Amino acid sequence: MTGIMSSRTTVIIGVVGLIAVIGLTFVLEPFRNYQLATIAAYLCAVAGLTMLTGVNGQLSLGHAALMACGAYCYAFTANGLAEQEIEGPVLLIVPIIAAVVGATVLGLVIGLAAARLHGPYLAGVTLAFVIALPAVTSRFSDVFGGDQGLWITVERRPEFLAGRGGTEMFQAWVAIACAAVVVVLLRNLMRSNFGRQMRAVRDNEVAAALAGINVARTKVIAFTVSSAAAGIGGAVMAFMTQSASPGAFNLFISLFLLMAAVIGGIGTLYGALWGSILLVVLPDVIGSITRGLSLSPEVAQRLDGNLAVGLFGAVMVLVVIVAPFGIQGLVRKAGHQIRSRGSLQSAPHPK
Amino acid sequence: MTPHDTGPAGAPPRLALRDITVRFGGLTALESVSVTVPAGSVVGIMGPNGAGKTTLFNVVCGVYKPTSGSVEIDGRAVRPRTHNLTGLGISRSLQGLGLFGGQSVLDNVVAGLQVETKHSFFEELLALPRATRSEREKKERAMATLASLGIDAYAAALPDTLPYAIRKKVSIARALVSKPSLLLLDEPAGGLGHEEIEELATLIRSIPGNGCSVVLVEHHVDLVMSVCDSIAVLDFGKLIAQGTPAEVSANPAVTEAYLGVDAA
Repeated sequence: MTGIMSSRTTVIIGVVGLIAVIGLTFVLEPFRNYQLATIAAYLCAVAGLTMLTGVNGQLSLGHAALMACGAYCYAFTANGLAEQEIEGPVLLIVPIIAAVVGATVLGLVIGLAAARLHGPYLAGVTLAFVIALPAVTSRFSDVFGGDQGLWITVERRPEFLAGRGGTEMFQAWVAIACAAVVVVLLRNLMRSNFGRQMRAVRDNEVAAALAGINVARTKVIAFTVSSAAAGIGGAVMAFMTQSASPGAFNLFISLFLLMAAVIGGIGTLYGALWGSILLVVLPDVIGSITRGLSLSPEVAQRLDGNLAVGLFGAVMVLVVIVAPFGIQGLVRKAGHQIRSRGSLQSAPHPK
Repeated sequence: MTPHDTGPAGAPPRLALRDITVRFGGLTALESVSVTVPAGSVVGIMGPNGAGKTTLFNVVCGVYKPTSGSVEIDGRAVRPRTHNLTGLGISRSLQGLGLFGGQSVLDNVVAGLQVETKHSFFEELLALPRATRSEREKKERAMATLASLGIDAYAAALPDTLPYAIRKKVSIARALVSKPSLLLLDEPAGGLGHEEIEELATLIRSIPGNGCSVVLVEHHVDLVMSVCDSIAVLDFGKLIAQGTPAEVSANPAVTEAYLGVDAA
């Protein structure tokens, strides 16, 4: 019964939240809308990663490479369509689908290897993909555009939006729509029998197999789905920046995605949301603080970017020590306390 | 409580292990072991540590491939694969508990119903009615199994928060929920107190009433003697005795294996 209740509550929260966020795009200035779109793009990838790592127990450091795969697939398809002088929704939707397909195929290949590996070994293999990315793009620079990457012809904002909001508002809409689809589908999966299979494999592979779960298949599908989500995130990034380059999807991005999942609350989609917000807001806040401190140009230059990384590390360590279930764990705890204060008969377990 | 009342006379045994030999390199873990489990009976496998009891289970479960010999289910030779066992109507409880610590008792038991999953991955992805209905039905069945073992009050709890005897019942509930026709119990009495073992004995004796055969690997001699219709005794990978509890306990080779007495 509580399952049905909480299910309805999450649907309501989701719909209300979605309407609120889209309403927000009308009042935000363009740069803030761009940040909102970035949050949504990260959310796609972090949500997929939190399912893979938190629910299925597979650790991937390669999700930046999978995002890159999505971004490049988006770039190839969009530029190809633009050469044929195709415009309109097709120039937006078909490249996104291509990004999903591309990342799914790459994810399937990595996932087949991943099913045989555990923990640090899997992390190592996936890490190799991120490390190899710049080498691949410069070796085949006529295809991938080398270190500079590719410029992409993207679908412009529709005419009817011209008077109301900037390009950034349209970007935010596309990004939010993509993130919403990803989150809804992942939520369905995590609540389904497949979700139970993923958790069973994470908790005890032998017992999972004896219960009739095909362990290898479960791991491969989880990795593939997670890759597809990262691919959409990469496609949204490519759409927003109108470019796909290896520098945008380096090892730092992989680590940031993982940190976002852990700090937000590993294995939960709400946690992925908190983590993605933090990924965008924290560097921004730090930037405005350091600007306010009137530091010498030399110090300011050193701190620029690095301080955010350092602070992320510090927050991560703090979260693991103080709140192992992340921000979402704290939110849930606070919710329980408020509810138990509201009603006196709140002891659920009689014994 | 009459164990031999299922299946017509002359029907093939539920499980037959024929001349199973398992070698790990130079070590012979099992040598030409044959055990049959008639439909609706409880068969015990006994033996000192390292006798090959769990190895025998692992052969049935497809964890090890026997070096020679065959496994037959209902008279048909099969090559079991671990995740397809429940499809063959075989359930196994693990030595120790083997529960999923991150999931509620109910979810642990529902996990035993994988074989009932008829809907596709994409129906789950889109949360289509067939997938959600199947989830609901599975939860109802799991609750019924929990209730039949008297532990439905703990459905929402995490296994690690519960007493050991209840966790043990959860693991048996997970094995029973798919209504198997062959239940393999690996050391079910391990870690249980005297009264809890009595309760377990009653439970095991009631299982054949549902048309399910039971194979029991167990150290606790009293339990094996009290619930089994027949017993196979292993020592150093060889079958040294087989028969009713009375026959086995009167067999000098068994006494020797257990007590190290030189019978000659």
